[in-house]
Amino acid sequence: MATTTARPAALDGSEDGRGLLTRDDRARLYRYMLLMRATEERALTLYRQGKVPGSYYDGHGQEAVSVGSAYALGPRDRACVLHRDLGAHLIRGVRPGRVLAQMMGRATGITGGRDGNMHFGDRHLGCVGMVSMLPDMALVACGLGLAFQIRREPRVAMTWFGEGSTANGVWHEAMNVAGIRRLPVVFVLENNQFAYSTPNDHEFAVDPVERAAGYGFPGIKVDGNDVEAVFSAAAAACERARTGGGPTLIECDTMRMHGHGAHDDMRYVPPELLEHWAARDPVEAYEARLAAAGIDTAAIQADVRAELERDTEWALQQPMPDPPTATDGVFAEVAEPLGDGEAPWSRWSPDREATHA
Amino acid sequence: MPELTYLQAISDALREEMRADERVFCLGEDIGRFGGAFKVTDGFIEEFGPDRVWDTPLAESAIVGTAVGAAVEGLRPVCEMQFADFISCGFDQLVNVAAKMHYRQGLAVPITVRLPSGGGFSGGPFHSQNPEAWMLQAPGLKVVAPSTPRDAKGLLAAAIQDPNPVVYLEHKHLYRRTKGEVPEGRYELPLGEARIAREGTDLSVIAYGAMVGVALEATEDLDGASVEVLDLRSLVPLDTDAILGSVRKTSKVVILHEATRSCGVGAEVAALIAENAFEDLDGPIVRVTAPDVPIPFSPPLERAVLPQVDNVKEACRELLAY
Repeated sequence: MATTTARPAALDGSEDGRGLLTRDDRARLYRYMLLMRATEERALTLYRQGKVPGSYYDGHGQEAVSVGSAYALGPRDRACVLHRDLGAHLIRGVRPGRVLAQMMGRATGITGGRDGNMHFGDRHLGCVGMVSMLPDMALVACGLGLAFQIRREPRVAMTWFGEGSTANGVWHEAMNVAGIRRLPVVFVLENNQFAYSTPNDHEFAVDPVERAAGYGFPGIKVDGNDVEAVFSAAAAACERARTGGGPTLIECDTMRMHGHGAHDDMRYVPPELLEHWAARDPVEAYEARLAAAGIDTAAIQADVRAELERDTEWALQQPMPDPPTATDGVFAEVAEPLGDGEAPWSRWSPDREATHA
Repeated sequence: MPELTYLQAISDALREEMRADERVFCLGEDIGRFGGAFKVTDGFIEEFGPDRVWDTPLAESAIVGTAVGAAVEGLRPVCEMQFADFISCGFDQLVNVAAKMHYRQGLAVPITVRLPSGGGFSGGPFHSQNPEAWMLQAPGLKVVAPSTPRDAKGLLAAAIQDPNPVVYLEHKHLYRRTKGEVPEGRYELPLGEARIAREGTDLSVIAYGAMVGVALEATEDLDGASVEVLDLRSLVPLDTDAILGSVRKTSKVVILHEATRSCGVGAEVAALIAENAFEDLDGPIVRVTAPDVPIPFSPPLERAVLPQVDNVKEACRELLAY
C-alpha cells in the first residue's frame, strides 16, 4: 500500500515502459498528443471566430496525461473522460471533426448539440460523458468496475479528475468504495496546479496521492508531462486491476497552460511558474526524444495538419440541430449498453508490428 | 390468489426479478446480512450472495453513482435509500448524472431507486418526507408511487425492466398495514397509467401512495355522494387522460397528497386541469396537502400537519356543496 513518488517500473522492469512500447506505439503516442493539441488549437480559433457558443475549455499542456493513460486501455475497457483529456477520446476512436462539430453545437457532434464543449462521451466507443460536477464520474467508473467484477470479467474502468475534485466528498465516497470492494478502476488524478484560480496550497494540506494508502490501495505520483511515464504507470495499474489487484490512484504532476476557460486571463498565475512549465512542454519534449531516436516527427506533423484541415472543413459543413428536436430523447425506449472502443496499443493487436524502439 | 402485505409484494417483485434476470442486483445500506431496515431484502443475501446484494457503506452518492456505472454496462441495479429523505445525499448522481444522461449522450441508465417515504410514525423531519416534487423538476426521471400490494409488485417489476432511471416511492405506512391479493409469478404494470380505485360521478379525489386509502375511507359514506377516487400510481409519466377524463365526468376535484403544498404534485395536476378542463369545472380545484413545514416529531404536531381522513371529508363536503 506504499505511496511512491518515483517513476514506476514498467511491467517488464525496464524504464519508461519502453519494453511495452514498439517504435510504432511511440510514434502513435506522439501523434495523439499532437492531434489533441491541434484539435484544441483549432477549436480555440473557431471559438474566437464566434463559431463555438458558450465558453471554451481545453487541456493545453496536459496532453501527456490523457494520451499516456488512455493508451493502456483495451477495447472492452471503459472510460469516464474529463474536459482536459481530449487525447483519451481520440485514442478511443472519436475523430477530430466530430469534436469540432460538438464544440460548435452541430447536429453531428457527439451529443448532437445537447451538451457543449468537452461534455461528451461516445457511448459506441465505451465512453460515458462527463458532468460538470467533476468528481461524480469517479463513482460512475466505480460502477463500471463493479459490473466487471460481478461478471468476473478482466476489464478496467479508467477515470480522470483534477486535484480540485479531491476536495469534494463524492471523491471520498468513490475512493472508499473502490478500496472496500477492490474494484478494477484506475483513477488518474491530474494535478494541474490550479482549481480554476485556487492554487494547491488552498486545496489540500496533504498531497492527495498520499490518501490512497488510507483507502487501502497504491498511490503513485508520476511526471504528468512525460507521456511514457504516464503510460507506464497506467499500464501497470490496468494490469493490476485486470488481475484482481484492485484500484490504483495515479497522480500526474502537470500544469494547466491555458486559463480555466477561454474567458480566464490567468492573472493569478505567477509568470515564472508558467515559464517553468513552458520549458517542459510535453509535446515538444516528446518530439525531441523521438526525433533523436530517428522517428520522422515531421511526417507525423504533416499528417496531423492534413487530418485537421479535412476534419475542420467537414465540421464547418455540418448542420445545426433542428429546433423542434429539442424536446426529443428525454427518455430512452431501449437500454443499449456501452460499446467497445479502439485500442491502438500494439498489445491489443500483437501481430500489427513487433519492432521495439 | 395469495394475500400479501405491501412490503411482501415489494419483496416478491424484487426476488422474482433477481431470480429471472441475472442482470438485476441490489445495493444499499444494511440490505444484506440485516435484510434491510424494513426487511424488504430479508433472506436475499442467502439466496443471491454478496455480489448481488451489496451492503454498501453509508454513502448515498456511491449507491446511486455506482448503480449508474453498472447500468450503462448492462446490469439492472436496484438501489435502496434507507429512508426517502436520504436521497438528498445522492441527489447529484440522480438528477445530474442519471436523469440527463440519455438526453445528453443517448446513453440509457436503467436504474431503480427505492425510496421508503412518508410520515405518521414520529419519524421527525428526516425520516418522514415525501420528496417526489424534487424529482418532478429533473426531466429524465420516471416517478412511481403505488398504493396497493398488487400495484407495488407490478410497478416495481416494470421499474426494474424500464430503460430509464425510475424513482420508486414506497410508503412506509403501507408496508405492513395494507394487504391485498397479488398475482403469483412475474408481471408488469405499465408506468404512466392511473387506476380508478372507486368509480363515482359527483366528485373526483385524485391521490397516490398512502393517500389513496385515506381518500377511499373519507369518501366511503359521504352523505350519499358518489365520489370517484383516482389513484395516479405514476407521477412521471402522468396519466393526463385519466385525470381529465375523471374531472370531465364529475366536474369537481379534490387533489390529495401527503407531501407539502407549494409546487407539489397537486399544483401540477391543478394547473393541468385548469389549462385543459376549465369549462368542465363546477367549482374551484381544491388541494388537501401538508402545509409548507418540515414534518414535526411530536404526535399531535405531526397529526396536525399530515392530511387526515377528517380533513378530506371536510374538503369534499365543502366542494360538493359549492
